[in-house]
Amino acid sequence: MARGDSRTVLVLKRICRNPIALLGLVIIALYVGVAVFAPWLAPYDPLGQDLSKSFAPLSAEHPMGCDEFGRDILSRVIFGARTSLIIQVFSVLMALVVGVVLGAAGGYFGGWLDEFLMRCMDVLLAFPGILLALAIVAVIGPDLHNLIIAIGIYSIPQFARITRGSVITVKQNEYVTAAMAIGESHFSTIVRYVLPNAVSPIIIQTTLRMATVLLTAAGLGFLGLGVQPPQPEWGTMLSTARMYLRSAPLVAVFPGVSIMIVVLGFNFFGDGLQDALNPRLKD
Amino acid sequence: MENSACCGLEGSGFMGRFILRRFLMLVPVLIGVSVVAFLIIQLAPGDPAQLMAGLDATQADVEMLREKFGLNRPLVVQYGMFVQGLFSGELMSLRYESPVMEVILPRLGHTLVLALSSIVLAVLIGVSAGVLSAVMRKTWVDYAATVLALFGISMPVFWWGLLLMLLFSVKLMWLPSGGTGTLAHLVLPSIVLGTASAGIIARMTRSSMLDVLRQDYITTATAKGLSARLVVGRHALRNALIPTVTVIGLQFGQLLAGAVLTETVFSLPGVGRLLVTSILARDFPVVQATLVIVAVFFVLVNLAVDVLYAVLDPRIRYHG
Repeated sequence: MARGDSRTVLVLKRICRNPIALLGLVIIALYVGVAVFAPWLAPYDPLGQDLSKSFAPLSAEHPMGCDEFGRDILSRVIFGARTSLIIQVFSVLMALVVGVVLGAAGGYFGGWLDEFLMRCMDVLLAFPGILLALAIVAVIGPDLHNLIIAIGIYSIPQFARITRGSVITVKQNEYVTAAMAIGESHFSTIVRYVLPNAVSPIIIQTTLRMATVLLTAAGLGFLGLGVQPPQPEWGTMLSTARMYLRSAPLVAVFPGVSIMIVVLGFNFFGDGLQDALNPRLKD
Repeated sequence: MENSACCGLEGSGFMGRFILRRFLMLVPVLIGVSVVAFLIIQLAPGDPAQLMAGLDATQADVEMLREKFGLNRPLVVQYGMFVQGLFSGELMSLRYESPVMEVILPRLGHTLVLALSSIVLAVLIGVSAGVLSAVMRKTWVDYAATVLALFGISMPVFWWGLLLMLLFSVKLMWLPSGGTGTLAHLVLPSIVLGTASAGIIARMTRSSMLDVLRQDYITTATAKGLSARLVVGRHALRNALIPTVTVIGLQFGQLLAGAVLTETVFSLPGVGRLLVTSILARDFPVVQATLVIVAVFFVLVNLAVDVLYAVLDPRIRYHG
C-alpha cells in the first residue's frame, strides 16, 4: 500500500520527459482556458448576425472570417470550445461514475452478478461506435442535455470493463485478503484498498475517452443530431459549412481544425500517460 | 496467460467446445440487442405513436400507427410482434412502404464494400508503419509514424472527408465527390474511413512488435547470426501480429458505424446513410431493424475474431 507521492512524482517525471505528452498537456490547458474564459476572449457575440458581412473573408477585424449569417467565426469557435468541454466533462463523468461502480461490483463480487453485468455491457457494446448514441438522441431529441446522456450511456461499458479487469487483478493481492481478514466491510475494502490500486487504467481510459467523446459529439452535430443551431458547436458548424463548401470553403476550416487539435491534445497526453503508467515500458 | 501449452489438452474437440461456448454466449447478447433496439423507442418523451407520426400528423394517423404497431398492447406483446415482424419480413418501413429487410439488405452491400476496402487500406498502411516504427524505435521514423498515427486517430472523419473532397473533387477534379458505381468512387471514402483504423492498427502493431522484440527467442535468433530482416520477418512479425489481428477485427466492426459519417459526407447509399435519413424521416421500424442487423453483424465479426485469436494463440483456449 506504500504508494502515493513517490509514484505520482515518478509518473509526472516521465510525462515531463515525453515531449508529445507535454504538448498534449499544453493543448488541453489552452482548450480549457479558452472554454472557461470564452465570454472575455471572444471579440463578438457568437450569435450576433450581420448579413452585410455574410462570408466576409479573413481580416484583422474577423481573423477567421464570417459565416453565412455574418457571424464572427472566431467568436463561435471560442464559444464552441465551451460547448464541447461541457459535453465532454459531464458525459465522461457520468460514464465514469456508473462504469466504475458496475465494473468494481462485478469484478470484486464475481459470480452471477458479474456475469449479468458483463452480459449487459456486451449488449451495449454490440452497437458499434456512434450508433447507440445516435439512436438514443434520435428518440429523446437532440439538445445539449440529451446529448450528454446519450454519449454518457454509450461510454459506460468501456469504463465498466476496464475497472472490472483491473479490480480482478488487484483482488488477488494479499493485502486485500488481509483487509477482509481483519473484518473490513466489502464496501470499505473496495474503496480503500482495491480501487486506489486499480486506478491507472481508469485514468488512461478517462483521458482517451475525452477524445472519443468530443469526436462523437461533433459527429452527431455534423449529422444534425447534436447541439442545435444557432448554439455554437464545432460539429454543427461544419454541418452548415458543408452546404457552402464550393463557394466558401474557408468556413469549414476552423471548426474542423479546432476539433482535430483538441482531440490530438487528449490523445497525445493519453498516450504519454499510458507509457508513464505502464511499468513494463519503464526505462 | 503465462502458463502456455502445459497440459496437453490440444485437439480439435477442445477447439470445437471453445467455439460452441462462445456461440452460446452470443444468445443472451443477441436477445439483449433486440430488446434494446425495441425499447429505444419507449424512451421517447410522451407517446411513441405520436413520435413516429410526427408533430403535424392528424389524430387519425396517430391512432392508425398505434393500431398497426400494437402500441396500445402490453410491452411483452409488442416485443413479440417486433421480433416476429423482423424474422417474417412483416415489419414494414413507414417511408418506403416495403418490408424493412428489403430496404436494408441492398444498402448493407454498399456499406460492406466500403468497409472492406477501408480495412484493406488500413491494414496495409497500419501494419507497415507499426513494424517500421518498432524496428526503428526512438528514431525520427518512429516519432513521425507515431505523430501521424495519432493525427489519423484524431481526425474527425467528416472533416477529413470534406477536406479531401475539397482538394480532389472541387479543386483538382480528379475524383468524384459522391455517388457509387466505379472504383474511383470508392477511393476517397475508403481513405477517409480507413485513416483512423490505420492509426490504431499502427499503434497496436508497434507496441506488440516491441513486446516481441524483447523476448529471449529474438535475442537467440539475433545471436545465431540471423539477419535483422529474417528475425523481424520470420520470428517477430508472426507473433506480433496476433494482437493486431484482434484489433483489425474490432476495427472492421467499428467501420460499420464510422460509415454513418463517411456515407453522409459522400452521399453514399449505405446503411449508415439509411439510418440517419430514417431517423430524420421518423421511419422507426427501419431504425430499429438497422440497429439489430448492424449489431448482429458486429457481434459475429467479434466472434470470428475470438476464434481466429484462439487458432493463432493456443494459450487463449485454456482460459477462454
